[in-house]
Amino acid sequence: MRSVSIIGVGCTKFGERWDVSLRDMIAEAGVLAIDDAEISGEQIDALYVGNMSGGRFVEQEHIGALIADCAGLSRLHVPSTRVEAACASGGLALRQGILAVASGYSDIVIAAGVEKMTDVSSGTAADALAAAADREWECFFGATFPALYAMMARLHMRRYGTTHDQMAAVAVKNHHHACYNPIAQYQMEISIDDVNHSPMVADPLHILDCSPISDGAAAVVLAPTEMAKKLSESPIKVAASAQASDTLALHDRRDLTTLDATVHAGRAAFVQAGIEPRMVDVAEVHDCFTIAEILAIEDLGFVEKGQGGQATEEGLTALGSSLPVNTSGGLKACGHPVGATGIKQAYEIALQLRGEAGRRQVDEAEVGLAHNVGGSGGTALVHIFTR
Amino acid sequence: MTTQAPRFWRSIPQRYNLSGTHCKRCDEYFFPPRNLCPNCRRGAHLEEYTFKGTGSVVTFTTIYNATEEFEKLTPYNLAIIQLDEGPKVTGQVVSCPGGIKIGMRVRPVFRILGKEGDRGIIYYGTKFAPLVEPSCEDEKR
Repeated sequence: MRSVSIIGVGCTKFGERWDVSLRDMIAEAGVLAIDDAEISGEQIDALYVGNMSGGRFVEQEHIGALIADCAGLSRLHVPSTRVEAACASGGLALRQGILAVASGYSDIVIAAGVEKMTDVSSGTAADALAAAADREWECFFGATFPALYAMMARLHMRRYGTTHDQMAAVAVKNHHHACYNPIAQYQMEISIDDVNHSPMVADPLHILDCSPISDGAAAVVLAPTEMAKKLSESPIKVAASAQASDTLALHDRRDLTTLDATVHAGRAAFVQAGIEPRMVDVAEVHDCFTIAEILAIEDLGFVEKGQGGQATEEGLTALGSSLPVNTSGGLKACGHPVGATGIKQAYEIALQLRGEAGRRQVDEAEVGLAHNVGGSGGTALVHIFTR
Repeated sequence: MTTQAPRFWRSIPQRYNLSGTHCKRCDEYFFPPRNLCPNCRRGAHLEEYTFKGTGSVVTFTTIYNATEEFEKLTPYNLAIIQLDEGPKVTGQVVSCPGGIKIGMRVRPVFRILGKEGDRGIIYYGTKFAPLVEPSCEDEKR
């Protein structure tokens, strides 16, 4: 297997992008990444795109061919593949691209992600997202995504004494980080009180505990590390790519306050990279709900099980501390166009490791981690990057 | 949500009567029924099993913001319930004016779960209610 590096990254502004289509966004992100890598279309061997539900959000499937076409690569007949793992579609596209380069089948590969979610009503969007849960045995009985994470939160509070203020601290921190990120959907500060007084969605989760519905696209250019050294002045090495699965339905899990898929993918990634969790300088984790970030930092081994809430409240995961988490603003405040999120995480880590993250730059960041979850934990991907 | 009658009808035994499976080899119970045992896989000896339906609330939420089909029900309680035989299920908990609690004992009740508009089929199935209801006790006296 060959070592793989990122030689270019691009990301659109995230948010309610009523002025642009899915096609506009994927072309914009692709061009940004290709320009950043300083390569030409003729050099591209393959495309992978993460997209959860083009069929439900814009009534468009066959996204693989569409993005090759939009990227101006149709006459070069570059193979293009759409992959889907709900909210982990982007992370999965990244992993497929990495595997294609590592195997030796392809040299230069684009891994992209895109979702256009605001062309439908919020009710339709919620129902499309609910398809990531078990349609027959969760949604049929009235489950929603916030409800599934609310049930994890309730049990975490009961077992470990986690408080709603500690969960709110995740949202407050991530909104603060987003203020320094020009592509973020919500570049505004919020307070614990704002979260606590926002409307209840699924007790104990308020609306400000939830990531938003967003439009956006992101892309990265991958190359074999040997080639990357010649093509790029600042290649970012993929030190690990790991993936794990678990039961589709939350109720079938071994433990409702642990995402075993995250635990397994995380352990495999740390073994591949040959590092310990404490050696990570900056992490992007899957905070689709505030409780999800608390679970993630525990399940990845950054803090002891049950200590995630307290650690967040004490500021251990804020910019300026020993392990800044979600410097982009996370899903919560940067936005969560589901298919794009996993690629945006890699984009943010690449900027951090290149020292190009502006006012949210983590000093001397050398090791970065990206953690992307599908559904309530049926899929998890963990990638580790180094300078 | 299910939008076609065959899709609903083929799950009627499970939704009406909590019919699942039991692996005789590893003695684990499954709901909904599984075609392959995750412990024994192809070596499994699966048999049909109808659950008693009694169990305990493991965790719960109250939903204030639902999908369009459930909007009229809000706020409603949703819980993960561990059935006495072992497997956990997701379901609504109704008829509990005193509130819902972790560890609360529940029993199954047959209820309407949804409708395909005004003229389509009605989906029936199982919700859960507190195992001991004061009104029932009063009737016995």
